[in-house]
Amino acid sequence: MKKTKASVRTEVLDKYGRPVDLKEEGMDVQVEAYRIGGGFDLDIKIKKEPPKKHDRPIVLKATGLSIQFGGLKAVDGLDLEIREGELYGLIGPNGAGKTTVFNMLTGIYKPTFGRFFLCGKDLTGKTPLEINREGIARTFQNIRLFNSLTVLENVMVGLNNQVPCTVWSSMFRLPRHMKSEKIARERAHEILRIMGLDEYSDYLAQNLPYGKQRKLEIARALATNPKLLLLDEPAAGMNPNETQELMDTIRFVREKFKVTILLIEHDMKLVSGICENLTVLNFGQILASGDTHEVLNRPEVVKAYLGD
Amino acid sequence: MNKTGLNKVFKNYINYLIIVAIMLVTIPLYFGGILNDSSFVTPNMLTQMAFTIILVMSLNMVVGFLGELSLGHAGFMYVGAYVGGILCCYLYKSGLVVQSTHRLIICMLIGGLAAAIFGFIIGLPALRLRGDYLAIVTLAFGEIVRGILKNTKIDPAEGPLAGLIKNPATGFSLNSSKGKFDGDLFIFAFIVAIVVLFCIQNLMKSKHGRAIQAIKDNEIAARTMGVNITYYKLITFTIAAFFAGVAGALFANYSVVSYAQFSYNYSIEILVMVVLGGMGSLTGSIISSVLLVFINTKLQAVLTGDLASLKYLVYALILIFMMILHSAPKLAGLREKLNWGYVSGKIKGIFGKKTKNVSIVETEVSSNEEN
Amino acid sequence: MSEIISTIINGLSQGGVYALIALGYTMVYGIAKMLNFAHGDIIMVGSYAAFVVVGMMSSSPFLAIFIAVVVCTALGILVERLAYRPLRGAPSLSVLITAIGVSYLLQSLAQIIFGATPVMVPMFDFKFVDIGGISIKIQSLITLAVCAVVIVLLLFVIKKTKVGRAMVAVSEDRGAAQLMGVNVNRTIAITFAIGSALAALAGIFSLFVSPVTSPTFGALPGIKAFVAAVIGGIGSIPGAAIGGIILGVVEQFALSVPFLSPYADAIVFSILIVVLLVRPTGILGKKQREKV
Repeated sequence: MKKTKASVRTEVLDKYGRPVDLKEEGMDVQVEAYRIGGGFDLDIKIKKEPPKKHDRPIVLKATGLSIQFGGLKAVDGLDLEIREGELYGLIGPNGAGKTTVFNMLTGIYKPTFGRFFLCGKDLTGKTPLEINREGIARTFQNIRLFNSLTVLENVMVGLNNQVPCTVWSSMFRLPRHMKSEKIARERAHEILRIMGLDEYSDYLAQNLPYGKQRKLEIARALATNPKLLLLDEPAAGMNPNETQELMDTIRFVREKFKVTILLIEHDMKLVSGICENLTVLNFGQILASGDTHEVLNRPEVVKAYLGD
Repeated sequence: MNKTGLNKVFKNYINYLIIVAIMLVTIPLYFGGILNDSSFVTPNMLTQMAFTIILVMSLNMVVGFLGELSLGHAGFMYVGAYVGGILCCYLYKSGLVVQSTHRLIICMLIGGLAAAIFGFIIGLPALRLRGDYLAIVTLAFGEIVRGILKNTKIDPAEGPLAGLIKNPATGFSLNSSKGKFDGDLFIFAFIVAIVVLFCIQNLMKSKHGRAIQAIKDNEIAARTMGVNITYYKLITFTIAAFFAGVAGALFANYSVVSYAQFSYNYSIEILVMVVLGGMGSLTGSIISSVLLVFINTKLQAVLTGDLASLKYLVYALILIFMMILHSAPKLAGLREKLNWGYVSGKIKGIFGKKTKNVSIVETEVSSNEEN
Repeated sequence: MSEIISTIINGLSQGGVYALIALGYTMVYGIAKMLNFAHGDIIMVGSYAAFVVVGMMSSSPFLAIFIAVVVCTALGILVERLAYRPLRGAPSLSVLITAIGVSYLLQSLAQIIFGATPVMVPMFDFKFVDIGGISIKIQSLITLAVCAVVIVLLLFVIKKTKVGRAMVAVSEDRGAAQLMGVNVNRTIAITFAIGSALAALAGIFSLFVSPVTSPTFGALPGIKAFVAAVIGGIGSIPGAAIGGIILGVVEQFALSVPFLSPYADAIVFSILIVVLLVRPTGILGKKQREKV
């Protein structure tokens, strides 16, 4: 039978129909198609190279990060090394100091000792504003949306620093203002669309259901165009279905926005499902650190979680 | 155009429509001779409405949008009235600016700038202080300004300002020989009100306005989202003070600029109008200014002597009831029924933003705070 | 020299009055976490209560003091119950605006009932005593003595009694105190009662200095006492006393210098702004960390 080569377009979609860039995953797909009679013969080769983790540059590095409240050492000597594109988990029992770490990394608290670096740049002691401009954005455990603004406006606040426009031009609606508003609006809609929130863009943020509020917090943080995204218990209060969807969203966000993600989570299914590496905190100190599945099986970690 | 689109357009222009409507009704009546100093509504009352609209909208920027309480707004107005008034007299007597409209515009800008400088200075503590402390600082500031201006005598023997302020405590007033605006002040004042509305409304609907409201809703979240808190607090205080100064310069052409006029009570009166109209609602600010100025003027004729303080009694009750109605945790159910929606930090008056009714199923979840 | 000493004595006694008012501010702020703007107007109500007894019924000044304290205490509890308690848990901006409303309400009520014209409230006829060649008004000494006794008593109540410990617990963590069985509403009401009683005393002592009252009698002393409370460190009882004394002395000195005297109020307020900017926690205040 005659076999002629046919040209095909390959596109890989995830289960929500969103395109996936396989190169980012360290995969390569080669498809050869031949026309045979009335049908096709497809020759699909999937090459998977394990991502060369240690080749990737370090995004966040923390050395000996510590903070003291009065006599209490809330975080004591934390070392972290997170590489580009990584999904990194920070776990530990309640009161272990996880959120305090986030508060230090975003400049809300000043570390008593230790330093941290974003892409090699020392950000220790910088203000939240400066740190955000350098590229760290976060969500909050107890949701902190701007409740009197709409969903769209919440995201547009995140875009504030990306659309330059003076007070004067806004006051008098000069062309500069119109242009920057248009860009901001479009970009905000795009982010909302990606997060599946676009249909709610005119709702007040406070009127969204809980799970969507958490997603909106992620959308708002992404709008600031971060290199590193800190998620504080993104799955808290979600049901298993929502958590599953959230896991896919987090993975998708990492690809689409090319961000590195550090997340705090109690839901072990989510942690073991998406985190490549983990650090376990207990009483402010590192209990274990390393590959997710290896760490989660260590006896001391099991003990800290389940008790004696 | 669909319904929501129309609604949006309507929302954008309703504020202008209100002011223009007032002008369209009153100006023909005024030129027809029906509206005069002895009629039901007087030109004086209209002037007062116009500069009150400016004052209330500018205070709303600080209280309603930024979410900080300023009790020194009358102080900014005093600065504008003082500087603007003296400048009016100077420009007229020295013959520098002959045209009375030009003169008033210059005085408004300079008076506004002078007030803005003070607004900037008062904005500096606002960077470190919040809530109660800041409110007291603004109050203290208003008193300091009054104390200083009360004792500042401008009475050179000769020159354009000779004899202007003989007794600082009782202040000064402009008249036609001292450069007072010689036109229909109320028309001019309403035009200024429209310009001020234009500026404030545009600003509040821009990225800057969103940032300012974000600070009110959640300062920590705003900071971590890259909103420059320092900049926006300063700019809000400065711009609000500028417009209060503009209103002051108008006032200098309207009545006596005296120590007693710009007391703490006046600051509260402006605050009452902001609260009644709804914090964060410019439409509310305009309507409540017009309404309260009207009622005030009418009551003044009826209530004399000590009964005049009935007005303050009503103001006090307005403040207390509005706050309990809109913020008491126990009344949350009632507010929901009335579709007011409860937002912490946002207190709505009669014209405040209504929240969109949502039919999304709410999943109640409590999260434990950590650390 | 003797002038300086008498200025200091005057300042101390004025400072004592400020301290008494500041105690009310500081306790309410520490425990109910709100700035009771109407606190100064409670003083005014106390002075009018004294006016009714002494000026209208020509009764004894001692009865006037008693009635003033009773009326103010009741008023303090009433205001807390009607205006502030419904707003517990509401945004602080709403509570503050409500307090301003209450202050306004009391002033306008006083004006409607008693008129805006100041009225005479003749209390005691004080004599001067001569100490080491310096003549001092007896009322200055009484004010200082009462003030000292009140502060010692308050510290005792807070440290040693059940009510006092409940106050400390509520000020530290209202939710936890409630879980531990402390009646938060009652504790806050008691705080208002104590603060208002002290305000009544302060009003009486002010009448000793100048026996005239008007609807705005309490406004300025009220604000100044708040300044004192902030200077001393809000929430701290000894701080309120120290702040009051500092403020009283500075003010008396400013008043005694001719070119400064017109600016005495402006100077007091400038001190407030400087203190808040340089050390917002005051002299004895504790720093609070914001919870994220």
